[in-house]
Amino acid sequence: MNAEASSYVVRDMAPARLPPVTAFGPWRWLKQNLLQDATSITLTIGGLGFIALLVPSLWRFLVSDAVWHGGPSACASAKGACWVFIAQKLPFLTYGAYPEAQRWRVDVVVGSGFALIIWLASPRLPRRNLAAALFFVVFPVVALILLHGAPALGLETIDTSLWGGIFVTLLLGLAGIVFALPLGTALALGRRSNLPLIRLTATIFIETVRGVPFITVLFLANFMLPLFVPAAWEPDRLLRPMIGTALFGAAYMAEVVRGGLQALPRGQIEAARALGLSSWSALRRVVLPQALTIVIPGIVNSFIGLFKDTTLVSIVGIFDFLGAAEAARADPKWQGPSIATTGYVFAALFYFCCCYAMSRWSHGLERRLQHGPEA
Amino acid sequence: MRGFAAQSLLVLALGLVVASATLEAHEKMLARHMPLGFGFWHQTAGFDIEQALIPFAASSSTYGTAFLVGLLNTLLVAALGIALATILGFVIGIARLSRNFVVARLSAAYVEMFRNIPLLLQLLFWYNAILRPLPAPRQSLHLPLGAVLNNRGLMLPGPHVAPGAWPVALALVLGLVLGLGLLGAARRAKRLTGVSSGLGWWGLALAIALPTGAFMVFGPPLHFTMPQLQGFNYVHGVSLYPELIALLLGLSLYTAAFIAEIVRAGIQSVAKGQREAAAALGLSPALILRLIVVPQALRVIIPPLTNQYLNLTKNSTLAVAIGYPDLAQVFMGTVLNQTGAAVQIVFITMGVYLAISLFTALAMNLWNQRAALHER
Repeated sequence: MNAEASSYVVRDMAPARLPPVTAFGPWRWLKQNLLQDATSITLTIGGLGFIALLVPSLWRFLVSDAVWHGGPSACASAKGACWVFIAQKLPFLTYGAYPEAQRWRVDVVVGSGFALIIWLASPRLPRRNLAAALFFVVFPVVALILLHGAPALGLETIDTSLWGGIFVTLLLGLAGIVFALPLGTALALGRRSNLPLIRLTATIFIETVRGVPFITVLFLANFMLPLFVPAAWEPDRLLRPMIGTALFGAAYMAEVVRGGLQALPRGQIEAARALGLSSWSALRRVVLPQALTIVIPGIVNSFIGLFKDTTLVSIVGIFDFLGAAEAARADPKWQGPSIATTGYVFAALFYFCCCYAMSRWSHGLERRLQHGPEA
Repeated sequence: MRGFAAQSLLVLALGLVVASATLEAHEKMLARHMPLGFGFWHQTAGFDIEQALIPFAASSSTYGTAFLVGLLNTLLVAALGIALATILGFVIGIARLSRNFVVARLSAAYVEMFRNIPLLLQLLFWYNAILRPLPAPRQSLHLPLGAVLNNRGLMLPGPHVAPGAWPVALALVLGLVLGLGLLGAARRAKRLTGVSSGLGWWGLALAIALPTGAFMVFGPPLHFTMPQLQGFNYVHGVSLYPELIALLLGLSLYTAAFIAEIVRAGIQSVAKGQREAAAALGLSPALILRLIVVPQALRVIIPPLTNQYLNLTKNSTLAVAIGYPDLAQVFMGTVLNQTGAAVQIVFITMGVYLAISLFTALAMNLWNQRAALHER
């Protein structure tokens, strides 16, 4: 051993280790997970102390001090959450000002949209290309007719200024998939195209949209789109943020899909072409089904981000769920110290449940795709 | 040939869309008396900005100055937010890997909670539910070190330059230079001979002793004036407006959840064999962390981390919702409403963020080239 190395290398035998812990059962678990050494014991005590501080005050605010019955007067000086406020405002928070008798139309559109998404995103279900056709082509048309109305079919027209609440949030989310995913796929293919001008256009679009904040895209759609198109085509006030959301989502989806395209072995395309498929049918029958299936978890993750971002439309004056919650809070009938917090806690619960469920689902899917034969 | 046709078609279509959109916009802007050029840049703004890092007066400052004020406020909140989010994110990311069950679960709960609730909702909560209902200045909450919290914000003791400032600063720089020099020399000596010379400790001692000595001789470099209630508000301190605090809290707590996940993934990406091999070579746990784990983890952590920094900067535009005067709120909000120059202003604002993003991406690529594994 040379002199240089000798200073780093231990010279003495390491001391013999203690025999392994012989404890078993719950005590062993405690010893291994909570009480390894002095630091760990301190951390455990600190952590438990934090929980002991947090949980009782949360319990008091959410349950024991909360107002469960009564009217606005009961909340005037409430210390806890004012749940009656939420109960009273729930129809408004869900449907906005959409006429009560027509709300079944919203239920049908949202319900069928979700059924189709689940069909599409579950690798095990059969005939997913039928689902894709229904979802990306038939669904938007039917949804538009049902929601906005068609006097010819006996459905009265309901102006978009009456739309609001969770319904609009879900609608924006659905638009985020229905339009952003095909557009994103097209952009991803464009970015990998052999034709330099198409590649350049796709790259510039993707990088520009990803480089600017969502709110600037919304401002662009809201204030400038009406300037750029002829008056006859001027988009509806709800359609404008929807276009912004779809374009913004498409740029992010494009990067996710590009990952899937890159992950696909070249041999797949070569084999398809060798079998005599045209480049278009090789793309449609071999490349895209595989590439899109691998990136379903990525698409879901990207969609979670987009879903949270839809709250920003309330800044440009759309009554999405958060916008409706803010409007409900401003009602002079309901004034109390806890009204604001109650509204935010309820909204947070809603978004948390949606996003957490989606992220768990994508996580499980990812694991299945890694091990299962489908991918 | 088909490729050529497709490309020409694309260019033609794009050109047509852009041209007709420009013509349409030009016509409408003329009809609606919207300004066409950038003349508004030099007009007097006529509105006030609560928090301005450079002198700004409603009566004399221009819209151009308002743009700068907004940009500086954006950079301020981004820099502070990045610092806070990084510290918190690293702590929570490491805590998630703790062998202690309570600590690991608590950090996991933090991450899941903060990243699954929209940032805008969190901001509104901090601002409308926590900071605005705080008591008025007369009933302020008094915090340690003379800080005061009320519905006008957080008032901190105000630092002022004292006579000792220059000598102490000079001693500090001198101490650092000498200390780092000695540390470098000590490292070189150790690498060559394998023997610790102790020079590094002398460097550390110098770096501490020089400024301390200057402090003893010349007195403190700064003196602080405590915030004091005068009339209806506090004076003589540095005040952080509630909008700034809410935005900082929201941005850093939200981004920290994402950074924590990045840090966790980075540390987990270092193969277990690496630690075991280092331990088998006789390195102490601290050295294993410093020499083996951290350098390899950082290679995985830094690219997505920069992405989060960019996200935080872009998300700071949510300031519009709570009225913090950042670039989006001042320029794309107030200035746009007053001048009506929507097209110019939205494009300038987008350009600023795009420039920040592209510049960061460029820097990241250069760094990546340097940090990439050079395999033999």
